[in-house]
Amino acid sequence: MEVMESARLKPGEVNLGTTIMAVKFKEGVIVGADSRTTTGSYIANRVTDKLTPVHDRIFCCRSGSAADTQAVADIVHYYLQLYTVQEGERPPVETAANLFRELVYQNKDALSAGIIVAGWDKYKGPSVYSINLGGSLNEQPFSIGGSGSTYIYGFCDANYHDGMTKEEAIKFTKQAVALAMSRDGSSGGVIRLAVITEEGVERHFVPGNELPRFWEG
Amino acid sequence: MSGIGTGYDLSASTYSPDGRIFQVEYAHKAVDNSGTAIGIRAKDGVVLAVEKLVQSKLLVPGSNKRLMTADRHIGVATAGLLPDARHLVNRAREEAQNYRDFYRAPIPGKMIADRLGGYVQAYTLYSSMRPFGVSTILGTVDRSGPALYMIEPSGVYYGYHGCAVGKGKQVAKTEIEKLKLTHLTCREAVKEAARIIYVVHDDVKDKEFELEISWVCEESKGRHEFVPKDLVAEAERLAKASLEDEMDED
Repeated sequence: MEVMESARLKPGEVNLGTTIMAVKFKEGVIVGADSRTTTGSYIANRVTDKLTPVHDRIFCCRSGSAADTQAVADIVHYYLQLYTVQEGERPPVETAANLFRELVYQNKDALSAGIIVAGWDKYKGPSVYSINLGGSLNEQPFSIGGSGSTYIYGFCDANYHDGMTKEEAIKFTKQAVALAMSRDGSSGGVIRLAVITEEGVERHFVPGNELPRFWEG
Repeated sequence: MSGIGTGYDLSASTYSPDGRIFQVEYAHKAVDNSGTAIGIRAKDGVVLAVEKLVQSKLLVPGSNKRLMTADRHIGVATAGLLPDARHLVNRAREEAQNYRDFYRAPIPGKMIADRLGGYVQAYTLYSSMRPFGVSTILGTVDRSGPALYMIEPSGVYYGYHGCAVGKGKQVAKTEIEKLKLTHLTCREAVKEAARIIYVVHDDVKDKEFELEISWVCEESKGRHEFVPKDLVAEAERLAKASLEDEMDED
């Protein structure tokens, strides 16, 4: 069976090297990301915002090609606005995730986008969906993505549990992203977080000099 | 017969001096001359019933159904020209499937009503096509609960608690208004719907009729299904009994 080739950038394209993650807790979801965008080894943007709102209570975390993920997120944002106007209510997270999936799957040859969709809706409450390069959709209690995620699978598996409180989930996400940033050359900068609940969205920011620190040798 | 609209009624693209489109009004007449169809929105679902007039004894009972399904959760009852109805239901099926492909979710009642309303309205714009000669009653159950809509040949549609179209619509509407719809369950609504169809049927003008009755409710797991035969038989028995009671009162 053929395996998808990982990110092949077109000339001039910029990579979201990245560590992204989304975590479901009792009342909502946390989305978190680093802030490094690279073209080769040059850091094109060291304060990137990879957490993009596509609706009031739905965010996506973008990894892969910056251009591709921005374009896809814009299109989904358009369709979700249309949905809201026509149906008169907020779209469910599952609908947003499926729109991403449809775009990624149908254009898999042209895109390189690894996206995590997370948010809150009144039907299912909080939910997290991840869409990989080929365009397959998976719902998960938490999801990690991007090049930096490979270094924190162990940490996440060991430390995640269902029904976390908001504070526990924030700490979990912060620590995981920090660990990935300290090992992955394509991830770094600052940590951006967003907490999404029924009430609204709270954005958090952890500057580079306040990152959680671990054993540094 | 020199009609009311003489001169302004030859095409749907012509207004009359008092702002009417006669072709659309004539389309309504086609609906008014057909067998009655009613829809009742109960507490936990929707019931649709049709007075299917039987033209000939040679017709196989139970064939040529007038109640149609547009998606698992959408039932359609029509009054008027049956071929037009079939065409419209085909369109409804396409719209519903299209929505599922895009959003991976069943189309809500108000959206399918809106799409069909728009579709029907398009046929009132051109002189090259005639308007639809059907009024369509849509019964759906979606995330927000049961919903009942009716689309007329002009393309206008409204949401209803109960509605009726066709020959006996006046009598049917009077009967429906007497019901306390917010308190009815679907099972009770089935009995009421059957009774109303029997009341509405004019034995003098029309001969035989078949009662077709379907529902979308919790019992049918949110799917549009024909009401189980035993419940229909019971409802018909009660309907005939209540008719005889009324006659005895004279």
